[in-house]
Amino acid sequence: MTLGLINANPIVHAKKERVARCEDSHCCDAVDPLDIYDFVRDIRDPEHPYSLEQLSVLSEESISVDDKLGRILITFTPTIQHCSMATVIGLCLRVKLQECFPPHYKVDIKVSPGSHADEEAVNKQLNDKERIAAALENPNLRQLVDECLYSNEL
Amino acid sequence: MDLNDEGSHFELKEIQTLSGHTDRVWSLAWNPATGTDDTQPVIASCSGDKTVRIWERSALTRSWDCKAVLEETHTRTVRSCTWSPSGKLLATASFDATTAIWENVGGDFQCVSTLEGHENEVKSVSWNASESLLATCSRDKTVWIWEVMPGNEFECASVLQGHTQDVKMVKWHPTMDILFSCSYDNTIKVVWAEDDTGDWHCIQTIGESSNGHSSTVWAISFNAEGNKMVTCSDDLTLKVWEADIEGMRSGDDQVLWKHISTLTGYHDRTIFSVHWSREGIIASGAADDAIRFFVESKDSAVVGPSYRLLLKKEKAHDMDVNVVQWSPGENRVLASASDDGTIKIWELATNST
Repeated sequence: MTLGLINANPIVHAKKERVARCEDSHCCDAVDPLDIYDFVRDIRDPEHPYSLEQLSVLSEESISVDDKLGRILITFTPTIQHCSMATVIGLCLRVKLQECFPPHYKVDIKVSPGSHADEEAVNKQLNDKERIAAALENPNLRQLVDECLYSNEL
Repeated sequence: MDLNDEGSHFELKEIQTLSGHTDRVWSLAWNPATGTDDTQPVIASCSGDKTVRIWERSALTRSWDCKAVLEETHTRTVRSCTWSPSGKLLATASFDATTAIWENVGGDFQCVSTLEGHENEVKSVSWNASESLLATCSRDKTVWIWEVMPGNEFECASVLQGHTQDVKMVKWHPTMDILFSCSYDNTIKVVWAEDDTGDWHCIQTIGESSNGHSSTVWAISFNAEGNKMVTCSDDLTLKVWEADIEGMRSGDDQVLWKHISTLTGYHDRTIFSVHWSREGIIASGAADDAIRFFVESKDSAVVGPSYRLLLKKEKAHDMDVNVVQWSPGENRVLASASDDGTIKIWELATNST
């Protein structure tokens, strides 16, 4: 259903050329931003049939990792200032990372500074563990998240 | 006493790990009627796996076993559980918007009542000291007060709408019928009803302007005397508050809780739980997987009470610590639960070196 899209005309960018990564898993023990980016770049936007990378919602630069402490920080840029899909994008990122990284990694997700009208309120909701848990128990929301994560797989 | 001796060395010894839940454990509660004299200690725990587990320590082996799994009742995460002061009833709060009341009928736990009314996830439930009232709170921003009637009937006495956001926890004062709630709106509210009028209203809101927290307040705990409380927050601090208890007892509703100390710089991630022991040790559980202990510091250089870190137990669990609770029966015994799905029993011991 595509009626009433929040942002009907997003700017779509070409996918960045992918650098071949080393095949031997042992030489890549330390997690770096590109490892994380590879897992999240193809997540589909909740509203448009493009990836978060293509819409410039995410870039490799928006990810930072402290491998020793086990902390990951992702900032993302919603396509418009009043994007109400920001929390859905945040949920998608979290679920994807939970699947790809050991559970001891602490993940913080924020909108990039100045990119959203309710930045503080959105950031608070994106990182309240209890709210996230409750949201993921909502079948409609869960279905939307699953579509964003798995629609590329066929 | 060793708590005052700043040279004393403490360690947190792990007694046992309780496994069984298949999802994160959100909360736990020691049964207050057990663990003393000839009764073995009992703990209830609740989880994202939608169940509540009852654990008991064997008198023979001193080992904890799971005695019951309370399932097929809540249809979503069970977020909080608490025993009535007599230990006869267990209340469980769930994301399915209900609160269930359980009774141990000959070793078998049965759900004897279901409290409905909240519009969405119930986050916390609390019994008052005389077991005549129950309080619940929810993401729907309200706090409900229920009267306990004969035959396990519960009647809604009041629906309070003061908070402007998700209410995370409710807690009755240990001796008086004064109700405290803390919220995603960063405030703590104090609510009471004059005499038996049943007119429950908010007599104090502790916000940022009263030296309050600058982000979500997750939990509240009182000291044994009931004249102090400690709160923990997403703002990475613990705050200690004090009130004139005699004034409160004589029915003065103008008595206010005042800030006396902020413990800052000790935590670098959200603090989910805090619990004040009978002896005066404050335990905290945080999102950095650690458990910390604080005691009042007899520092003559500082005017007024201050607190010092007694011990930090790093990697107490493999993931976030969601709850810490002191045993009501045994001295310096603590239980904790985590996103890693386990419950751990600990003993805070002095290291005699």
